[in-house]
Parts: sequence; structure tokens; C-alpha cells
Amino acid sequence: MHEEIVISGFGGQGVMFMGKFIAYIAMKEGYRLTYMPSYGAEVRGGTANCTVIISKEEIASPLSSSPSTIVVMNKPSLDKFCPRLKKEGLLILNSSLIDKEPERSDIKVIKLPANKLAEDAGNIRSANMVMLGAYLSLKKLTSVEKACRLLQDVLPERWHGLLEVNRKSLISGGDFAQR
Amino acid sequence: MKKVFSLPESMKDVWTHYCPGCGHGVIHRLLGEVIDELGIREKTIGVAPVGCAVIAYDYFNIDMTEAAHGRTPAVATGIKRILPERVVFTYQGDGDLAAIGTSEIIHAANRGERITVIFVNNAVYGMTGGQMAPTTMLGQVTATTPGGRDSSAGYPLKVSELLAILPGTVFLCRTAISNPANIRKTKLAIKKAFQVQLENKGFSLVEILSPCPSYWRLSPKEAKEWIEEKMIPNFPLGVIKGNLKDA
Amino acid sequence: MSEKVLMCGNEVVGEAAIQAGCRFYAGYPITPQNELTAYMARRMPEEGGVFIQAESELAAISMVFGASLAGARAMTSSSSPGISLKQEGISYLAGNELPAVIVNMMRGGPGLGNIAPAQSDYFQATKGGGHGDYNLIVFGPANVQELAELMGAAFDLADRYRNPVLILGDGILGQMMEPVKIKKRVGKLACPEKDWILTGAKGRSPRIIRSLILKEGELEKHNRHLQDKFRVMKEKEILYEEEGIDDAEIILVAYGTSARIAKAALNQVKSEGIRAGIIRPITLWPFPEKVIADVSSRINCFLVIEMSAGQMVEDVRLAVSGKCPVHFYGRTGGGVPTAEEISRKIRELL
Repeated sequence: MHEEIVISGFGGQGVMFMGKFIAYIAMKEGYRLTYMPSYGAEVRGGTANCTVIISKEEIASPLSSSPSTIVVMNKPSLDKFCPRLKKEGLLILNSSLIDKEPERSDIKVIKLPANKLAEDAGNIRSANMVMLGAYLSLKKLTSVEKACRLLQDVLPERWHGLLEVNRKSLISGGDFAQR
Repeated sequence: MKKVFSLPESMKDVWTHYCPGCGHGVIHRLLGEVIDELGIREKTIGVAPVGCAVIAYDYFNIDMTEAAHGRTPAVATGIKRILPERVVFTYQGDGDLAAIGTSEIIHAANRGERITVIFVNNAVYGMTGGQMAPTTMLGQVTATTPGGRDSSAGYPLKVSELLAILPGTVFLCRTAISNPANIRKTKLAIKKAFQVQLENKGFSLVEILSPCPSYWRLSPKEAKEWIEEKMIPNFPLGVIKGNLKDA
Repeated sequence: MSEKVLMCGNEVVGEAAIQAGCRFYAGYPITPQNELTAYMARRMPEEGGVFIQAESELAAISMVFGASLAGARAMTSSSSPGISLKQEGISYLAGNELPAVIVNMMRGGPGLGNIAPAQSDYFQATKGGGHGDYNLIVFGPANVQELAELMGAAFDLADRYRNPVLILGDGILGQMMEPVKIKKRVGKLACPEKDWILTGAKGRSPRIIRSLILKEGELEKHNRHLQDKFRVMKEKEILYEEEGIDDAEIILVAYGTSARIAKAALNQVKSEGIRAGIIRPITLWPFPEKVIADVSSRINCFLVIEMSAGQMVEDVRLAVSGKCPVHFYGRTGGGVPTAEEISRKIRELL
């Protein structure tokens, strides 16, 4: 297995958290990994992205010029990263915020109304977990059930009241991707 | 015959390099006497500045170090935070403390560092050859104010007053060594400043108006008069913050 | 920490320093190393250590100077523009023979530059940086685990030689998270008894720590003594990693983050049958010149990769001394080379 994932969206959409959570899952599953955030002066509302590389082998570069998966939470992210996606790569797209069709036919596309599914699960801010649920169910890094268990390790304690909503969102994203 | 005057144990029995009539010798002696009287010689660490007193460590019989120009209070901060039971002082001139080290003195004071600062204000840079200091008087001729300092080069900086508004400062006092009475008051102020540190109360500083006959181009006697006539009206003496009681 | 944890490089620096016995940190905020300052603010008090957010880089390094001469293992950190300010204090530390560890998570320059990762402070780090004849041991870690290990080594070497040690990372290394195991230090630290520190002259003659040496000929003597130390460091402390250099036709030389990207390129071109190797200096000073010199007469050429306009390449050229061509590929101003760019360059050269 060698997977290079780029996750991208607005600041505040939980992009970095999602990347760190994937990295944590990969570590727990015994893989080698690197997690690299974009870092900038913007905090809320700016653009944010991160790269997670997961492999059985030693990881050379922590950067990815042609990722095998991209998770895009908003339109600017689609425009920026879709051209870089590897041939046959996986695009997970938040259709709640992106009404545009990807301009490539050589990739696999999953469209997910993540904001709506998150709202249905109880909190629109867990859209990132909807996207993650979809990713896990497609790429089988770990099971959605195990991810639900690991969530409390990485979610800061002050947010533990939201564990249930996040778990529901993970499952809902996973189910949607399977359909 | 009873011996009434001898070298403080806190000083080395050596000649200093200071010019005739310079104030550093007197201030060193006062500092040495105070350290002796407080019985803290074996737990005191001093930080010498860059300036005329740069080799002060050769004259004191205590542990001492140097600092980059103006960073004296930062070095003292590092020492004191690691060794809070020791007594730490800086010895700084007006260039070191009030020009290049303005940031360090203000922030050490604002943090209320438990250090004591001996600030020697002689209104001129001595070591480098008599250039304008931040405390140079208006009209005073120096190597870099050949026509006399005018306000476009800034006004004589009153650091002690500036520091007084900071909650971290506990004892601030300005003295002079222009006559024996003032010298006695200076010693009292130095002692109080160390006591404040020993009682772990906060930051203490004594600003001492001190003669520099060489770069004031005056005789030692005239230099003392110049302090009283020119400097004191601009740099008023007395306790600026805290009190002198119990010193 | 016996189990692997997921931490970013900046936080790993902090924890590894604490585990190595560091009990004094003074710093000033600058991106991309702010996680370290925040980490120390939280962790130092827990360990009975001192954390100070200094008023400037100048003050921070001077506070480290004070803490070091009082006997503590002390450190500071910053990124490029802040490290320029610290050069004053670093020169004083070297002149006064005071141990300290300085971390530079480099960003794009010159001037304020940007906050993107860069390697353009190599000259500053390895050629002295401040005024006077001195050197620092400079480590260029390439991953988070190595960063943790080199932090421990940095404090040991700083004490052993009574000289500052610099960790030269970049924004990527500081921000990147990787699983890491940080060795917990138990028992006595590897530092020798410090019989030179200032503690107050109790029951002994006073000590003076100073770099001002005015007596005729004495400063030269002091400098010769420093140079003797630097010579020993050159003999004993060189670290590097190499891969596939024995039968290589081309050898890449790169450190830190660029070495990782170079390795990715290496894997690409090897699969095409190109015999390529890599030398990764881990100490940038002292520089592993011998291994470079040794292979230079049997290969076609070197290719040096840096996130700079070409700085370490000069040391490679000095080591090679004209025995084979030394090529360079770099990106500057916060640009990061891609593995594809490097592979293309390798194919071009052969």
C-alpha cells in the first residue's frame, strides 16, 4: 500500500483534523506515515489543506505532487487539486458546496452531500467526518467502526460532547459511499 | 591604633583603569561595601556591561560575567531564573542601559525580575571616546554633538521615571556622587535596592549621576559642580518609587 | 514515552529537549516554529524548568547565555529572520565557551521573505554566522524521529565541547507530523560536571566568564584554543548517511527535507536502471567531506539538491576539488523541488 492523500477546504471545515485523524489511524494500523499541513497566517475562512502519505515502506518525500486521493470540501480546492490527481485516482467531493463537475474522465469520483449528511447527523461541522467515513469505506485503511472507537483518542476532551454526532457522521458517510 | 578604613572583601586589591575623577571607582567601592555589609559576597553574581565598566569583573571579588551591549538585564534574567536563591545585579552605563539596551531594561523591569540594577548616568559615552549618550544634556558638546545637543537628537532620557509606571518595579531611586552627603545617600539606596531583591519583592534600580571629567572636558572638581548645576535640575534626585526605610 | 506517538517536529524538539535535561527555554514568536514556543510554555513549568517569552530574539539568546553560565541546559529557537538577530548572542556564547542549543526552522528569505520552508540559511549556520572565528556543530535532521534523537545529542555535545550546537530544520520538518518515540532520559545525564559555572563564590575564588581579552596576544591564544576544539569536532563528530554509492554513476548530495525529496527521485530513476546513490550529510558542520572526496574520482558527477540558490554545493565542490563535475538543482524563496524535477535533472545529466 502506498497512498498519498490531499485534503483541502476552507479554514474551519476541519480539514487539518481530518488529516491528523487519518494519520493517527494509519499509525494504529502499523503503517509508516507523514502528515504535512499547509500553514499560513489565515485562521478562519482562509484556505487550508494537508497531505497525508501512508505506506508500508519508508516514506521518502513528505510532499505529494500527484496524490492518489483528494478530498475536496469546497470549490477552490477542486480547482486547485483536481488537475494534480493521479490517473485512476480517487476524488471525494463535497457536493453540498461544489456544484461543478470535475473536468476529468480518467479518475474515480464520489460526490457526497457532506454538509447535509452532517446536519442530518446533528451538526453541520462534522461534514469532515462524513467525508472521512466515505474515504475509509472505499480505501479500507481501517473499518468505520474502528475509526469510531479511535475518535476519542484524537478529539480534544472539550469536544467529547460531540463524539456521538461525529460517529454518526462517519457511519453516514461510509454508508453513502457504499451506495 | 584602630583600623577604620580598609578594602571591602568584595573588592580585589588592584588598581582600576578609570580616569582621575571618574565616578566608577567611588560607585564600585560603595557596591563592595554594601555586598560586604549584607553578607552576600558568596552568593552574588554580577553582570558587567559594555562601556567604561566593561571589565568591572576584574575589580570585584565575586562571580561575574559579561553581556553583549545592552543585553545585561537579559543575561541577569537567565541567571536569576536558574538560581533564584542567589543575588544578581547588573552594572550598566547610560549607553548600555538607556540606548542599545532600552528594550531589555524595560522588559526585565516589567517582568519584575528579582534583580538589582546599578545604573551609572554620566551623560556621555566614555569608552568609545565621548559621544552623545541618551542622557546627554541639551547644549552639551560631545564628539557627535559638536554644536551641543539639540532636541533633534532627543532630550536627556529619564529612564527611572519611565520605569516607575511599571508594576514590576519596586524600588527606583536617583542619587549623585557629587558630594560626601550624596555619596552616603547613594550607598543607602544601593543597600535598599539589594534588600528589595533579598526580600524577593521585585525589580530594583539605582540611577547614579556620576562625573566624567575626561569627556566633559572639566577638572574633577568642576565636574562635581557640573552635576549639581546642570544635571540635577534635569535629573532630580530622590526616591522615584518605593521608599528608603530600613536601609 | 515508550510507545510511538504522533507529534509535529516543533513539539518533538520541545519534548526531546526536556527529556535531554533542558530546563531553560527563552523564545520569541515566529512562524513556522510557534508550536515549539507554545509547547515549552506548557511543558517547562511541569518539569520545574523555566519558560520565558522574551521581548526579542536578542534578549532571548542573552537569557540563554545567562541560564547556561548558571549551569542549566538551555535552548532557544526561531526561524530565519529571528536567527539573524540571535547571531549576536551566538557569537558571545562561542566566545565565552558556553553550551546552548539553538533551533532554526528555516523559512524563505532574504529579509522578511515568506513562511514557506527553505534551506537558505546554510551559509549563516555553517560558516560562523556571527562575528569572529568560530563554528557551531550543525545538525540537519530529515525526519521527526531523527530530530528527536539529534536534540539529545545536541545537548550532550554542547556540554562536552562547551560550544553552541545548532539544529537546522525547515518549515516542513517543524510542521510535519510523524510517529515518534522519544527516549526518556533516566539517571545521570551525559554532561560532565560543570566546574566553571557561576553560582556565587562560596568557599572558592571568584570565577569570571568573559570573552573580552585585551592583553596582548591573549585573544589569539584563546582563539587557538577554540580552533583546537573545532579540530576535534571535525575528527570525531561527522555524521552522514549514504545509500547506493558503491556502484553509482551519479551521486546526489542533499540534507534535511531536500534529502527526502531527492530520495524519492532516486527511487524513480533507479527503476529506470540508472545507477544513482545519495549522500545525506547529517552534520552540516563538520561537513562529511572525506566520503565525498573518496567517491569523486570514480563517479560521473554529483548533483546537489537544496531549497536554496546553492549554498551547500560550495562545500561539495571544495571536497570534490575538481575531480568530477558538481551540478546543482535548487529552488529558492520558499520553493520546494519535486521528485519529478530532480529525476528530470538526473536524466539530463546522464
